[in-house]
Amino acid sequence: MKRRTLLASAALAATLGTAAFAQDPTKACFVYVGPIGDGGWTYQHHQGALAVKEEFGDAVEIAWQESVPEGADAERVMTQMALSGCDIIFTTSFGYMDATNAVAAKFPDIKFEHATGYKREHPNVSSYNARFYEGRAVVGHIAGSMTKTNKIGYLASFPIPEVVMGINAYYLHAQKVNPDVELVVTWVYTWFDPAKEADAARAMIDQGVDVITAHTDSTAPLAEAAKEGGAVIGFGQASDMAPFATNDDGTPGPRVTSIIDEWSPYYVKRVKAVIDGTWEQIDSWSGMPEGEVVMGEMTDVIPENVRQEAQGMIDAITGGTYHPFTGPINKADGSAWLADGEVASDGDLLSMDFYIEGIDAEIPN
Amino acid sequence: MIHLERRPQPSRLWTATTPLIAVVLTMIVGGTMFAALGTDPFEAIRTIFWDPLFNTQFAGFTRPQLLVKAGPLILIAIGLSIGFRAGIWNIGAEGQYIMGAICGAAAGLALYPSESPLIFPLMILAGGLGGWAWAAIPAVLKTRFGTNEILVSLMLVYVAENVLASVSSGLLRNPEGMGFPGSRNFKEWDAAHNAEIVAGTGMHWGVVFAFIAVIAAYVLLTRHIQGFNIRLTGEAPRAARFSGVNPARIIFLCLGISGALAGLAGLFEVTGPAGQISIDFNSGYGFTAIIVAFLGRLNPIGILLAGLLMALTYIGGELAQLMLGLPGASIQLFQGMLLFFLLATDVFTNYRVRFGRSEVA
Repeated sequence: MKRRTLLASAALAATLGTAAFAQDPTKACFVYVGPIGDGGWTYQHHQGALAVKEEFGDAVEIAWQESVPEGADAERVMTQMALSGCDIIFTTSFGYMDATNAVAAKFPDIKFEHATGYKREHPNVSSYNARFYEGRAVVGHIAGSMTKTNKIGYLASFPIPEVVMGINAYYLHAQKVNPDVELVVTWVYTWFDPAKEADAARAMIDQGVDVITAHTDSTAPLAEAAKEGGAVIGFGQASDMAPFATNDDGTPGPRVTSIIDEWSPYYVKRVKAVIDGTWEQIDSWSGMPEGEVVMGEMTDVIPENVRQEAQGMIDAITGGTYHPFTGPINKADGSAWLADGEVASDGDLLSMDFYIEGIDAEIPN
Repeated sequence: MIHLERRPQPSRLWTATTPLIAVVLTMIVGGTMFAALGTDPFEAIRTIFWDPLFNTQFAGFTRPQLLVKAGPLILIAIGLSIGFRAGIWNIGAEGQYIMGAICGAAAGLALYPSESPLIFPLMILAGGLGGWAWAAIPAVLKTRFGTNEILVSLMLVYVAENVLASVSSGLLRNPEGMGFPGSRNFKEWDAAHNAEIVAGTGMHWGVVFAFIAVIAAYVLLTRHIQGFNIRLTGEAPRAARFSGVNPARIIFLCLGISGALAGLAGLFEVTGPAGQISIDFNSGYGFTAIIVAFLGRLNPIGILLAGLLMALTYIGGELAQLMLGLPGASIQLFQGMLLFFLLATDVFTNYRVRFGRSEVA
């Protein structure tokens, strides 16, 4: 026993010794808004972090912190990371935007990457996001094709352009295959609160909704749908959520496919840029073509023809031949937005504060 | 047989030593947990309790941060403790904290971009009033209709959270923010920025107010007739009534003070460390302050120390996550253990353990 400890500490000392002589590893740090075990948003970012470790091995060291509240705490956490020797810090929630920029001002030699924001006040701050609306379009098509009650639900977090964009893409493609479809939007004002998410899903099911897509981070909406014994379906959000594809008793589960955020390619690319010394400020917004938005496996619950149509759509978006927001599209108030064949500009999408025609609701403000 | 026997007087020895015993027990059990997670327990404990204060790499930054983190906790806990002394249970400080921040920020933003030196004092006033008004709701309902202030104040937290979500994506939204939720950032507006009074010390106006509140509460509770009435109401409600203490006035006083102090904490946080009104602006200070109030035994000096200790476990916990890769939940467990052991050992203040048969009195 004693000898083993002795050996272990000798081995430890040896590795420490070599590490000190070898080149210092690049340290990549990650700030998470939820717990890694959320099974969705944060879990997926952590997968990206692990992919970085996997790719570079000993050349890179990773560190992270979970459940960091947005606001003053985030700024302290980032400063501590900077002091601890991180070379690049990924801040993975919209609410970290001002904190990221404030800390970046104090540490000009450290690179900062902020997810889903728009402020890049210093040359060492980049922002990155994914075109999630591409996935929303695909699940919208599936929802419109599969609903029996003609009522589909969207569990929305906050009324920001990102979410409004998702709602519009979802409804637009549902209504294309099923003109009678009606959309129910429920706002929960949280990104991660399994109890609230479950309540909202339950409320929608009680209103007759039989397809639910969630714009929140937990698996609770799927768990709620699972209680309906196949009558209600949903989609994995942010992460594959594959366990919900099959119920415990072996029957098909509520998750019929999923929109997966695949951050690994971006994280690997950016950390490599730091190692190579080629890191520059960018504003990245990638989607299916770059492999950042990936659809999970479609289960047999989806009819064969719908699966093929959905796959066709995925292929078209990936190949760059189809943009989910292609005119003619009118706004909810009846005014024209996109003319026939016109494609939405990124600027229009990123500031989207209106519903498209057919959605009978108001965006809360 | 082991049984507990009530002490005629609370033990002074135990009152003084239980916090230390609780900390030691937390270290032992928490250390065992860290060891089970595969981390060197001594290193983990050192990272949590020692590094934020003395680590050469971090301490220069984390020491001032202790004040930043402890400031709002102490300010809110002082207010709560006054009510708790009187047996008035304001559980909704989180809501009052939010409303104080909203009202104070709104008062300032209405005058944007004025650089008048009166703006910040005006915002402080509005912040305090906002928290006071939110706490006055359970006070009115309790005195008029006999509702339970625990439930009402707690429920109003959820109302406040929804008001917060609404104003950050509507009324107070930054007009230059491209439609994203969140107000203007006060750090970019000098007249309204609650900056550090001396750079690099963490000492902002909220911390100053927290220290003033500690002294004021001490004077109130030990030297002032209202302080006596408050304690009397808590310890002997019937006696208080017979001696002419007006219960409704005590209810308004206690909820009002705690609401105003929570509102002030919110205002100082939003104009200082947080910087802006945003959907997730509140991070649980109002609830954590309840723990701080009890950890400090509802005593102003005790609360001061408890606030600093709590801040230490937060910041040390963050360092432990970052440096040792400990999961966030284990840090929360560690903090929970601290409270648990404190309350558990507290029994010995009022009771003594007797071995052998219990005697029939």
